[in-house]
Amino acid sequence: MIPAQFDYVRPTTVEEAVQALRDGGDDAKLLAGGQSLLPVLRLRMADPSLIIDLGGIPELKGVREEGNEVVVGAMTSHYDVTRDDTLRQHVALIQEATKTVADPQVRHKGTLGGALAHADPAGDLAAPALALDAQFVIAGPNGTRTVAAADFFEDYFTTAIGEGELLTEIRFPKYTGWGARYEKFNRVAQAWSIVAVAATVKVDGGTISEARIGLTNMAGTPVRARAVESALVGQSATEDNVRKAAQAAAEGTSPTADADAGSDYREHLARVLTGRAVLAAAG
Amino acid sequence: MARIRTTVDGLVYEDDVEPRMLLVQYLRERLGKTGTVIGCDTSNCGACTVHLDGLSVKSCSVLAVQANGSEVLTIEGLERDGQLHPMQQAFHDNHALQCGYCTPGMIMQSIDLLGENPDPSEQEIREGIEGNLCRCTGYQNIVRAVQDAASKMKPGASPTAEAGAKQTVAGGGA
Repeated sequence: MIPAQFDYVRPTTVEEAVQALRDGGDDAKLLAGGQSLLPVLRLRMADPSLIIDLGGIPELKGVREEGNEVVVGAMTSHYDVTRDDTLRQHVALIQEATKTVADPQVRHKGTLGGALAHADPAGDLAAPALALDAQFVIAGPNGTRTVAAADFFEDYFTTAIGEGELLTEIRFPKYTGWGARYEKFNRVAQAWSIVAVAATVKVDGGTISEARIGLTNMAGTPVRARAVESALVGQSATEDNVRKAAQAAAEGTSPTADADAGSDYREHLARVLTGRAVLAAAG
Repeated sequence: MARIRTTVDGLVYEDDVEPRMLLVQYLRERLGKTGTVIGCDTSNCGACTVHLDGLSVKSCSVLAVQANGSEVLTIEGLERDGQLHPMQQAFHDNHALQCGYCTPGMIMQSIDLLGENPDPSEQEIREGIEGNLCRCTGYQNIVRAVQDAASKMKPGASPTAEAGAKQTVAGGGA
């Protein structure tokens, strides 16, 4: 199918994009990589009157270090995230999760900011962003503001980005030397996660000193597995210890039931995948 | 209408297009490049894969206006002086198709894969083409074709390497 008609603008600065949002009103839609938006437009599940293409704004692309943070422009492609040496060294978890997004063609075009702003509960990048305590920089008519990951994801497909605003940067604290693993369970290649677990741990002399775990698709928003995190700290990273701690992975979650899995099966998956993810991250 | 200027298979084109026109429609309906096919219409199948500024994309999930100022390479731009690209030749030699509908996308994605990883393992090939569906072959001969092309495209590979030498008829007992 072909999308319904829309007008199209391609701003070259964030300021121009904010102005375009103001001019476009309620009915404007931002286009990042388009790998979620274009299928939606083609199915005519949305018919915005104006598309604002963010692809021509150089300041929204690229990865840079700033003190204790790694800053990723919202329009940085998944492909560029997976190849970036700074992220590999300091924020390995986001890179591991990004490698599993969809397929190579989609990763070439899709962007980190676009995926996070889309906030699909089965999307793979929200859980690692939450686990890593990422900060989201949002530009709007009144300048920029920063929102913590814990406050950014509000509900299914709903974020803290307000009317007339756009996501410009994602700022990650550095986790240099931490192990990382994204364990994804899906039905076939390139399918959405039924459940996935993002785990990053710091191991000192065989003992887990810090652990951060985010769950994908275990609620309308990503969820931290805090009970598992605290159970792991101070434990030696043995299979027994990790599997025991992982039993708490489904605490505080409210997974949906659909054609792929019932809620109880999703809870089971969360426990199993958490064990696998932590063991791999600690290895 | 929006004015776009693109280089497609080495030639520069300028056109006025509706913003909603998909890149695959532009290639097929305006430029007549019907070698790039539309498969699933849901961004799953990868049959419409082309290269946009050197990277594979699904041309049903890119607007023609997003390709403004870019270089596009389609299956029709691979041949050189009447010679098939080594990947096209490998698909032919290894019988890597039955109905052939997925083939343009498979070939474009396989070339992209070898650009990233010139010597992929079987598993890496399977993962590299995970965005391309084939409903006929079971992928066996496609994977063989990519392995074959990889061996021939390697720097210093012998141009006389025999393709499909193992595909002889079994037995005979003589």
